[in-house]
Amino acid sequence: MKYSWWKILSVVLIFYSLIVGFLSPVPALPILHESIRNLYYHVPMWFAMIIIFLVSVVYSIRYLRTGKHEYDIKAVESVNVGVMFGILGLITGMIWANYTWGEPWSNDPKQNSAAIAMLLYFAYLILRNSIDEEQKRAKISAVYNVFAFPLMIVLLFILPRLTDSLHPGNGGNPGFNSYDLDNRMRPVFYAACLGWILMSAWLMQLRYRLRKLENEDNN
Amino acid sequence: MKTRTLIPLVILCMLSSILYAQNTVSPVAEMATGLRSSGKIYVVVACITVIFTGIVWYLISLEKRVKKLEKKSKPK
Repeated sequence: MKYSWWKILSVVLIFYSLIVGFLSPVPALPILHESIRNLYYHVPMWFAMIIIFLVSVVYSIRYLRTGKHEYDIKAVESVNVGVMFGILGLITGMIWANYTWGEPWSNDPKQNSAAIAMLLYFAYLILRNSIDEEQKRAKISAVYNVFAFPLMIVLLFILPRLTDSLHPGNGGNPGFNSYDLDNRMRPVFYAACLGWILMSAWLMQLRYRLRKLENEDNN
Repeated sequence: MKTRTLIPLVILCMLSSILYAQNTVSPVAEMATGLRSSGKIYVVVACITVIFTGIVWYLISLEKRVKKLEKKSKPK
């Protein structure tokens, strides 16, 4: 059943985060003011990206173990969707930073790390493009993916915490937890994260099905 | 069936978070209370709802197209 319950749930959750995200009360904090609501939109982009990249590396490993071509297709389409979310996360972060930190790019460690992580996955896509033979391409890119994923985790979660950063939760700043996230912002934030994660899965599934059809057509 | 009653129930439970607006404290930082009191915030919400509805519509139309092609290629 292609109109799965989780696709409907994803749309419901995102609508919820869009509507309630703007109407419900949020902590009034200096510098951030109302833009703290961007927590519901900028951060879920990154969570969706991380989860879909996790899906991608799992499929890469499954491909290396079984050699089934469809796992390779799922891995690359997951990266395609993840890269899209990452770019959206970077752009929304730059817009948010422009009005709160003063400039769209402050060379904040997390910003730089996120950009490098995106470059890692751009390199994955370029690597795939450079190899013509199907099985070789799948194997080499699967191995690259297995290295790229932990590197991305380190870049996004570990490196920024080791040094001074503007981002909440990094570099000695309190995480968003201390901003009253418990009572008022948590349900909307979690709903938004789950909604966008499910949406990324839907997008990946659509791309995969399209790619499979195109391949059949070519054969 | 089960999910048909569960999802609206979940939505109703989640909407209760709007009720937290009952307690108002004098803010440390100025917030968009003007936009809120003039009701213009609903314009913002309406716009993004329309935008996202359009995106979901497009996704569903893509699903239909893919489903049609899959059905066609199945008996082959």
